[in-house]
Amino acid sequence: MKAQTVPEAKSASLISEFPPPRSLLSRFQRWEWMLVGLILLDVLINIRLSPHFLDARNLSRTSSDFMEIGLMMLPMVFIIISGNIDLSVASNMGMSASFMGLLHNQGVDIWAAALAGLLLGTLGGMLNGYLVSRIKLPSLVVTLGTYAFYRGIAYGFLGDQAARGYPKAFTYFGQGRVFDTLVPFSVVLFIVMAILFGLALHRTTFGRYLYAIGSNENATLYSGVPVARIKFIIYTLSGFMAALAGLILAARFGSTRPDIGTGLELSVITAVVLGGVDINGGKGTLPGAVLSLLLIGLMRFGMGLLNIQGQVQGIVIGLLLILSILLPGVAQQISSVRKLQWQGRTVLTALGVIAIFVLFFVFFFWSRAPVIAGG
Amino acid sequence: MTVQNPPAARSSLSRDGLLWTLIRFREAGISLFILILVVAVTLRAPSFLTLDNFKDILLNISILAIVALAQTMVIITHGIDLSVSSMIGLVAMMVAFVVKENPNMPVILSVALGMALGAVLGSFNGLIITFGKVPPIIATLGTLSIYRGLVFYYSQGTWINSFELPAGIKLLSKGTPLGLPNIVIVAILVAVIVYFFLNYTRTGRDIYAVGSNPEAAQFAGIRKQRITFLVYLISGLLSGLAAVLWVSRFESAQTNTALGFELQTVAASVVGGVSISGGVGTVTGVLLGALLLGIIQNSLTLIRISPFWQLAAQGLLILVAVISDKWILSRVERNRK
Repeated sequence: MKAQTVPEAKSASLISEFPPPRSLLSRFQRWEWMLVGLILLDVLINIRLSPHFLDARNLSRTSSDFMEIGLMMLPMVFIIISGNIDLSVASNMGMSASFMGLLHNQGVDIWAAALAGLLLGTLGGMLNGYLVSRIKLPSLVVTLGTYAFYRGIAYGFLGDQAARGYPKAFTYFGQGRVFDTLVPFSVVLFIVMAILFGLALHRTTFGRYLYAIGSNENATLYSGVPVARIKFIIYTLSGFMAALAGLILAARFGSTRPDIGTGLELSVITAVVLGGVDINGGKGTLPGAVLSLLLIGLMRFGMGLLNIQGQVQGIVIGLLLILSILLPGVAQQISSVRKLQWQGRTVLTALGVIAIFVLFFVFFFWSRAPVIAGG
Repeated sequence: MTVQNPPAARSSLSRDGLLWTLIRFREAGISLFILILVVAVTLRAPSFLTLDNFKDILLNISILAIVALAQTMVIITHGIDLSVSSMIGLVAMMVAFVVKENPNMPVILSVALGMALGAVLGSFNGLIITFGKVPPIIATLGTLSIYRGLVFYYSQGTWINSFELPAGIKLLSKGTPLGLPNIVIVAILVAVIVYFFLNYTRTGRDIYAVGSNPEAAQFAGIRKQRITFLVYLISGLLSGLAAVLWVSRFESAQTNTALGFELQTVAASVVGGVSISGGVGTVTGVLLGALLLGIIQNSLTLIRISPFWQLAAQGLLILVAVISDKWILSRVERNRK
């Protein structure tokens, strides 16, 4: 009888018990690691540029600026992974905060008003959820409509007045720090929520279903997954978190105006997409989104210390967003083409395009000079 | 042997039949909606149904119509251009600066300048989306911030007001050589050109093809990249035109010019029957959508509804329009079966 040899683990067996060996470098080729690298890079640059960058009090103060975006970002990750979108978060936030402000102005107890605001925001999320899951309207269109509708309701509630005079017990939630440390309450709240959302996304079946819906909604539906109910839940969650963020923001400002939070939805979506979540759904992680929020926060803080205006900071953030998707794609294209074929015509068009953009910027700087100087 | 009609042609004909019915139905639906609204408002405020008021509405929606047409072409290709508002803001600021320094510059030159600047900004979008393979919503979200930031950087927070602008450019939108304000005539002209472009040129039909079924369009020999680039270029071009008209109409250029305008253009398109998943949409529909938005704005003021509730009404309208549209569609589908 022949002695049977035990096949070695490295033999040419098609099915192996062990995952294929990966080089150390390839293990780091994840979007999240790129974000970590960018964060380190940004910290290093900013330390050189601004001595006050790592000042604990500054960091503590600025971190609370981003917690509202962070809170709204968490359910947005769910929504975008499932292949949808929610443009109405900031308007919902405004509506909830304005409702609370209105009630408080009328003399209602702050806590009851806050609860009412939370309820209204959640209802707003439920309306979105209903229209998307039951009426099956495209989410972009629905949330575009509610973006205007909820903001409009906010204006309807408060008009041109502001809600003021919140009691200290309430403003603590936006301005206060936990125990005696420098860590703001809103940061702790965000961390707790982020952990909950992260566990839900990465450790539950519900989370897996979200990825499935984003990858192939029909297949998921036919597999018996309650797709409509899941969509309803995530939009309701989004409404709730938007309302919560609205309360925190109102507490932080100490007052509420109906235009509170205008434009924040774009920051939320930027943070999510920069975090590696594919806008078409099916890909992305929650830690990635948290990292991107950290990156954006640090970058904006650093630029603020350098006296760069908020809107101009937007140029950097916008470029970051575009490059984060552009560069990996272009790099992939270049690496997959063995030999670069430089056709005369392509080179000419490329040069022409570059020339046009250069001309544009020359005109840009030339045309503003006299007016800036003249004043 | 006689060549039989390939089945594909027959089914495409019937699909065209269904599509045509849907589109006609959609426009009929919107027209009916407008009619009901007009009647309801006139009963409440008789001053609504006057020629002067009508001219006022047209004046208000002209710029919206121009940009909404551009947005429609982008949406038909299954894309979106969120940066139109920032493009308008940036071009408006730049043109205003130039016109302020060169008050004797012929007005037509400032229009050409605006369109050229807009075309450059639009082609940047187009390049990112075609070559960079960045999804349109993200690319234009990025350029929305970038261009708006450039407005701030360019102007350093200053703005151009009415006194600093020469009379020529102010007259551009308001002059009435043909009975209607120039701005309305420009809008009508743009609408006619776009109508012919989309319905009677090959490139125009290619835009629909790319939106309906990009892969099939590619296999049919349509240069998808070129078409996609083109619609964003046009979007920039028309935004540039809108920018000059904006400066002319409002006699100013500020850092927050046209802030938030992009969503109005998408709303006008969507209410006008353009499908957000591409391939469907007509010029008439978009114009009706813009008209509806204008009527809502105008009528709410006339009925003395507080301006604070107007935004809510607009949002509610979009929702109602889209829901009823979906309802009509599902009815037609059911009747077909």
